[in-house]
Amino acid sequence: MDTFVQQLINGLTIGSIYALIALGYTMVYGILRLINFAHGDIYMVGAYAGFILATSLGFAAEPSAFGFVVTLVGAMAIAAAMGMAIERFAYRPVRKFSKMTTLITAIGMSLLIEYLFVFIFSGTPRSFPQLLPNDNITLFGNATISTSQILIFVVSVLLMVLLQWIIYKTKIGKAMRAVSFNITSAKLMGINTNFVIAFTFALGSALAAAGGVLTAQYNPKIEPLMGIITGLKAFVAAVLGGIGNIPGAVLGGLLIGAAETLVVGYGNYVGIPSTYRDAVAFAILILVLLIRPAGLLGSNVQEKV
Amino acid sequence: MTRTFLAISLVASVFLTFACVDKSGTATVGPAGDTIKVGVYGDLTGQTSSFGQSTKNGIELAVEEINAAGGVNGKKIQLIIEDDQGRPEQAKTVVSKLINQDKVQAVLGEVASTNSLAAAPVAQEAKIPMITPSSTNPKVTEVGDYISRVCFIDPFQGSVMAKFAANTLKAKTAAILGDVNSDYSKGLTQFFEEEFTKLGGRVLAKEAYTQTDPDFKGQLTKIRNLKPDVIYVPGYYGQVGIISKQARELDMNMPLLGGDGWDSPELWKLGGESLENNYISNHYSAQNPAPEIQSFVKAYKAKFNVEPDSLAALAYDAAKVLADAIKRAGGAADSAKLKDAINSTKNFPGVTGTITLDANRNAVKPAVVLALDSAAGAFTFKETIYPEGMAPPTTSSNTMSNTMNSNSNMNSMAGSNTNAESTANTNTTR
Repeated sequence: MDTFVQQLINGLTIGSIYALIALGYTMVYGILRLINFAHGDIYMVGAYAGFILATSLGFAAEPSAFGFVVTLVGAMAIAAAMGMAIERFAYRPVRKFSKMTTLITAIGMSLLIEYLFVFIFSGTPRSFPQLLPNDNITLFGNATISTSQILIFVVSVLLMVLLQWIIYKTKIGKAMRAVSFNITSAKLMGINTNFVIAFTFALGSALAAAGGVLTAQYNPKIEPLMGIITGLKAFVAAVLGGIGNIPGAVLGGLLIGAAETLVVGYGNYVGIPSTYRDAVAFAILILVLLIRPAGLLGSNVQEKV
Repeated sequence: MTRTFLAISLVASVFLTFACVDKSGTATVGPAGDTIKVGVYGDLTGQTSSFGQSTKNGIELAVEEINAAGGVNGKKIQLIIEDDQGRPEQAKTVVSKLINQDKVQAVLGEVASTNSLAAAPVAQEAKIPMITPSSTNPKVTEVGDYISRVCFIDPFQGSVMAKFAANTLKAKTAAILGDVNSDYSKGLTQFFEEEFTKLGGRVLAKEAYTQTDPDFKGQLTKIRNLKPDVIYVPGYYGQVGIISKQARELDMNMPLLGGDGWDSPELWKLGGESLENNYISNHYSAQNPAPEIQSFVKAYKAKFNVEPDSLAALAYDAAKVLADAIKRAGGAADSAKLKDAINSTKNFPGVTGTITLDANRNAVKPAVVLALDSAAGAFTFKETIYPEGMAPPTTSSNTMSNTMNSNSNMNSMAGSNTNAESTANTNTTR
């Protein structure tokens, strides 16, 4: 029993990270019907931004809550700025053309960011400094949770609540929902759609950066290509939950994280080797798309032709 | 208009980035002219780039010394260095380039067995001798008679750790956590298990991970239930540091055992305090007071400002063995003659021990077991284990004396963390 709980904790930890990243995918899709393939790399940019902030401001030497908060918020701000810049200079100019053009631009952007970082920082894995003291807490029996895991849960939940508040209780949130509902009508009602889109990118990028910094507290190895697989799984999570649907992204992230870890823990009882954890995420995706094409929480909207 | 401009500049910047990466990966050292061209390939920018950097440094130091002493038979050695980003398919490509385009007369590399295995058939086909400094999987030299190595092989390295676990640590049970995509890891897993079982131990579980796994707690939690005395983790430094950290987070305090893949200055930054009570098998110890080792350590530190790890030492030896063979073959023009000269290397005094290649072109050498001292951020010497049939020399200066005080030279090692930082800096500016 305690082993199962332990595996569940492990799985939900990485699941929370997937959820944070998946939110960015789903929000951008909801508004632009665009899969922003560069989003996984923004997660990496966030981790590097945090790394540079923490080492240059001297938070690496002494773990403190202040240092952690400054690093987290700083990294989120840098990533938000980068997300907006990408939208402004890469996506907005091609938005008028077919969706395929924007999609290909997104793939190009992803590669550009990855190899720009390889060029600047080299591919050497860097070790992210510990910003908060790390401890273990025994829950019961053998089940333990580390403070870095608690941190991931608490910060992710706070950020998700904050996001929910922005979307449903603020004016800009209302504008986002309007743009997502129908971009042309929103424009006719006097909503500055360009601003709303830029804001959405900033919001999604900030969440991904938070994911990057939090992951780095748990698994301190960062490298320029770390966003590929993680980003892909977060994308799967977004589709699984129903792309464009915000609670769906969170649910999808947690499900993928838990499924992956349970495959490692118990897969060999049903003949799945533990190294098939990545394959499982994609197998789930295929199954869900076959049975519920709109995703678990996605509403089945008729595509207007 | 602006749109077209933006699109063009975006495309241009993509190409520019790739062009720059490519340029930084290729470095030509030494003057052109009447030289012997030697190709070097390694992971300079990928997941295991600390291996590639150390190897490149070791080879450069050796070649600098050889050329300063007048070269080989009056000819200077010219190095052509290629980056394979730690990817097997890339390793194959760059070795083809070195042989077909640059017309190198010998190839040195790689560290990771998987990459050496990908590139070795190219060298064998072209009949260009290839010496791998540090690939320990037996299959590498089985590719053909043009492929040789200056390090011991995994059956020995795996058995060393099994012996250490069973005899010194008195372990009865073990679990193994290996890297599923690495030939190195698979080889060590197999040979550790064989020897450990032979010595009366029991392997309770064999778990695997991939280098891109987001965490390792799933596998570790599974192992925790079995309560093994030791866990053998034959992986590379980028993962094992995290594995150690996450094992301790799960209250698993048994020793983790590893191989030479752990040896990197980055390990200490990734694993920190959690590395205490772990042991690895390795090729040499920088603390060995033997004069030829200390003069190498000193020269290396003066040039690169970092303690040489065993990969640097092996690379240095590989380059020296190659130069020695070229001298004995009377030049590098005849590749068959050069291959025979390399394969008949006997009692070559290297930094990592006396190098004699056996019939399978593998070096027969003792291994050292090192303990991890997380406070100092350094490996401390534990014991030397000799291959069967090789008696410990009584007064050899090349192999470490068993009675050496493991705490000597500790102060000189304490700075390796800051040194590691400077390696990182060279990487960024390169």
